Formats: sequence, structure tokens, C-alpha cells
Amino acid sequence: MKIFELTAREIREKIRKKEISPREIISSYLERIEAIEPKIRAYITVASETAIEMAESLEERLMKGEDVGILAGIPIAIKDNICTKNMRTTCASRILENFFPPYDATVVNLLKKAGAIIIGKTNMDEFAMGSSTENSAFFPTRNPYDLERVPGGSSGGSAAAVAAREAPLALGSDTGGSIRQPASFCGIVGFKPTYGRVSRYGLVAFASSLDQIGPLTTNVEDCILLFYVIGRYDPLDSTSAPLPTPSLEEMLIPEAKDLRIGLVEELFGEGIEKEVREGVLNAVRYFEEMGASLEWVSLPHLSYALPCYYIIAPSEASSNLARYDGVKYGLRVDAEGVIPMYMETRDKGFGPEVKRRIMLGTYALSAGYYDAYYLKALKVRSLIKRDFDRAFEKFDILISPTSPIPPFKIGEKIDDPLKMYMADICTIPINLAALPALSIPAGLDPQGLPIGLQMIAKPFEETTLLRAALAYEKAHPFLPLKPSL
Amino acid sequence: MPRLTREEVEHVAYLARLSLTEEEKEMFTEQLNRILEAFAKLQELQTEDVEPLSHVIPLKNVFAEDEGKDWQSLTTEEALANAPEQENNHFVVPRIVED
Repeated sequence: MKIFELTAREIREKIRKKEISPREIISSYLERIEAIEPKIRAYITVASETAIEMAESLEERLMKGEDVGILAGIPIAIKDNICTKNMRTTCASRILENFFPPYDATVVNLLKKAGAIIIGKTNMDEFAMGSSTENSAFFPTRNPYDLERVPGGSSGGSAAAVAAREAPLALGSDTGGSIRQPASFCGIVGFKPTYGRVSRYGLVAFASSLDQIGPLTTNVEDCILLFYVIGRYDPLDSTSAPLPTPSLEEMLIPEAKDLRIGLVEELFGEGIEKEVREGVLNAVRYFEEMGASLEWVSLPHLSYALPCYYIIAPSEASSNLARYDGVKYGLRVDAEGVIPMYMETRDKGFGPEVKRRIMLGTYALSAGYYDAYYLKALKVRSLIKRDFDRAFEKFDILISPTSPIPPFKIGEKIDDPLKMYMADICTIPINLAALPALSIPAGLDPQGLPIGLQMIAKPFEETTLLRAALAYEKAHPFLPLKPSL
Repeated sequence: MPRLTREEVEHVAYLARLSLTEEEKEMFTEQLNRILEAFAKLQELQTEDVEPLSHVIPLKNVFAEDEGKDWQSLTTEEALANAPEQENNHFVVPRIVED
């Protein structure tokens, strides 16, 4: 078995036993990237040089017998909207094409302390706005299961990199499904922790009340390992939850017996394709076999989640993206006077989807429309949250498909924003309610394309969620999945 | 809900500091109207007695000692490193105040 085919846990094991060195690991992955990247194009930046340097310094410390951290020598790909000091961070946007952050995001800091090696920055929809990675200002990424299809988005580069074994671990960000949906499309595990669990310091803001960083991995154990490293209280993020990090040992105990599982009626009905529904319903039997109970549950306000989200998120985005003014950093397009300079800079710097959302958000917040759109959406957000609260009185875990459809073809939806937005119907309610949720493969559809199953838990009940996912993965005969590339 | 006119799209673009091309104005007028039409569904819901929810997790003010922290400060050079234009340790902007 080649090194790049190992899981993060296996790499960790082999490093500890001194069977492989950090340098060998990084070389194996860099070779894999060289061989496979022309097909997949998951990375905006491959950080070969710094990665080799990091591996070398780690090797020295290992030889001295130093404690090098729990992710020592393990390569990780980082979504390009997470700041890495002196390493280009573009958000897949022209406006930040040459931006070199002067500081590391808290998660990057934590990863470095844990000994992880940053191997590169991954492609995404510009500013994380999109569901296919086609909104990247640079190039689209391809799905490792079918190169004609999208990897999902917005963390499509991270998902494709992990699925194609170009990195064992990746970080993404999830505002309305941007970790879970690409994980579903690429047949891997994608986890959005509870809002507030992972620091957003250094994550380029899209919609601040919804954004959350989380892991993308080939399997649940690696997901737990990575979550354990990044799930820390951070005084630099005022919305960070001052709670202790869940115990690693406890999270690693598979447990699904006696779980009360609710199948979300609304997310198996209208708009959900037949093969997706059948794939997920077929997979939930593994929970039943392990002694969990399954029952249907209705959350009546979920059908309002899509418009609710697509008012709130663009409103927050229109405010957050006001900072790109061509003054302190990023692109500047010169023009006569300061306002024309702003307008030209933003016109050339932002792509069509980003402009569309800024326009939508600016309109929803503008005088005369605020109550009808933004305030209304916040109230509907309350109703959606209440639906979840009520469901969780009776259930420990809720299950739905992650995406209503299997991976679609490149170009299929890009000209119809509403159709593209529909790709998020199963994932956005979770961000609106700030819950932890994970996507794990249910299996492959008749075309051989991955189908994702979404598991949702109560706020800060990540341990219950991850233990159940671990048990499911062990019970499922075909996991983890691997594309034939 | 009233339809969004092209003039309104131009006004919103100005508020958002976006100089749109004629083509973009056309496209956004059409698309934003279609999106808003689909979103009119929200008006079905009675929400008079519902509190708006802007943050889901209960948050309290975080207080910190009123003291500088060196570890998060950037040097002038670092702070200016990404500036499109700089001079004498300052960001340079087009003239804002007329003579």
C-alpha cells in the first residue's frame, strides 16, 4: 500500500513506530498531487516548499524525541478562505488574488501546534458562495467519481482533494452546506460542528451568524482526530463557545445502540430524487441492526428554510464584503475619485454570483424592505429553530439526505441561480439552527455516484453524533469509499 | 411584492458600490425578480408574535482587561504589505476632499 492511501490514523501509527518519516509522507502526497492534479484541479496553491521544510524540521524534532503533537507529519489541505500566514489566501476571487495574510487563522495555529503539515490551499466557490465550485474565479474542480461532474461546493477543492487521496485531511467552511454537500458528492465524511465550537478567527467572513469551519476526511476516525484539534474555545472569536473540548477517547467509542433516530419527513419528500431517497433509506437499516430505533418526524417549517437562508446569508454577506474597497489590501482598479475607484474595483474584483448576493443582500437591508425581507427571515429562523428543538425532545439524532440530488454535470446549473440554490435544501436548515451535522456516504447510486447521508444532533452534542457515525461506518460493508482514478 | 425595476437595481448597485455593465443590470433585474418571487413564500407565515433570531447560541458580552497585547499586533510594514498603494507608512487613496 502506498503512503497516500493510508488514513491519518494509520500515518500517525506509523510515525509513532518510526516506520515512516514525515519527509516520506510529504513526498508521497506531492507525487500523488503531481500525478492526479491535472485531472482534478483541487488546489489553488500547492505549498510544496514550505511543506517539505515543515516535514524536515518535524523530523529533526522527532529524532530528538520531542513531543511533536497528535497530527505530527500528517498533511492537511486548507480551504482558500482560511488565512495562512504569508501563504496566498485568495477566496478563489480576483479581488484577493494576491493577498498574503499577515497572520494565521486560529485553526491553522492549532494545526501547526499539533504537528500537521499544510500541503496546500484548495479551490472553492468565490467567497464560499456556491454549491459546485464552478464560481471559482480561477478554474472549476472535477469530481473524482466522474470528471464531467462537479465536486459540490463551496468546499469542492477540499472534498475532491481528500477523495482523490491528494491529502488525508482537509478543512472546509460551511455556511449553508459547504462542507457537507461536497463531502456527499465526493463520497467522503464532512462535518460541520455546532456554531461556536470552532473559532472563526482568520476565516474570511461570508455570513457571520452561519459560518463554521470543519473537517473533511475519508473516514470518521480521522474526522474525530481533526475535530479534536480544532474544536477549542478561542478568546479571539467573540462567538466562540467557552466550553471544554470533548474527550478524544470518548468520541472514539462507536455507539449507536438505543439511539432514538428521527427521519426528517420533509427532507425525503418533494424535490428529493428517487435514487437519493432510496440510497439513504437503504443505509439507515445499519442503525436499526445495531439496536437504534427509527421513526418519522415532521419539521413543518423546513420548506421555508431556503428563502429564509437566501435572505439572511446575502444580507450578512453584503455587509461583510463591504471591506473590499481597494484601500488596505486586495485589488484596486484606479478611477477618478474615491467612489468610482470603489465601484470599478468591486466590479472587476467580484464574480457574478458574489455580485448577485451582494445585490440581493443590499436590497433586503435597504430602507423600506428591511421589515419585509430581513426581519421576516429572522422570525422564520426562530420558527425553524423551534421545529428542531421540538424534534430533539424526542430524538437523539435526525437523519436526512445531505443533497437532494447526486453530483450534477459541470455547466448544468450555473446559469440558473435558483436551481443551484435548491442544491442546499437539506443542509441550510442546520446552519439556521446552528446545529452540528455530518455527511457520511450512504453508498453509490446505480450510476456509481456517491450519495450522502446527513446526521444531525443537538447543539454541542458532537460526541453523540460522532460516536453514532463511527458505529455506522463500521457496520457499513463498503465504507470508506474510494474512487477508481 | 412589487417588482424590482431597472432603476432600483441601479440604485441598489450604487449603494453596494458596484458599477454594473448594461448587460449585468439587465441580468440582475431579471434574476433578482425571479428570486424574490420565489421568496414571497415567506409572507405566507404569520410571524407577528415571533421573536427575530439573529444569533442562535446564547451569547454574552466578553470582557477583557484594558491592556495591549503584543502578540496580536502587526508591525507597520506587515499592516501595509498588502496595500495596493502606500507612501511614508500610510495607505494612499484617491483625493476625497476637494480644494
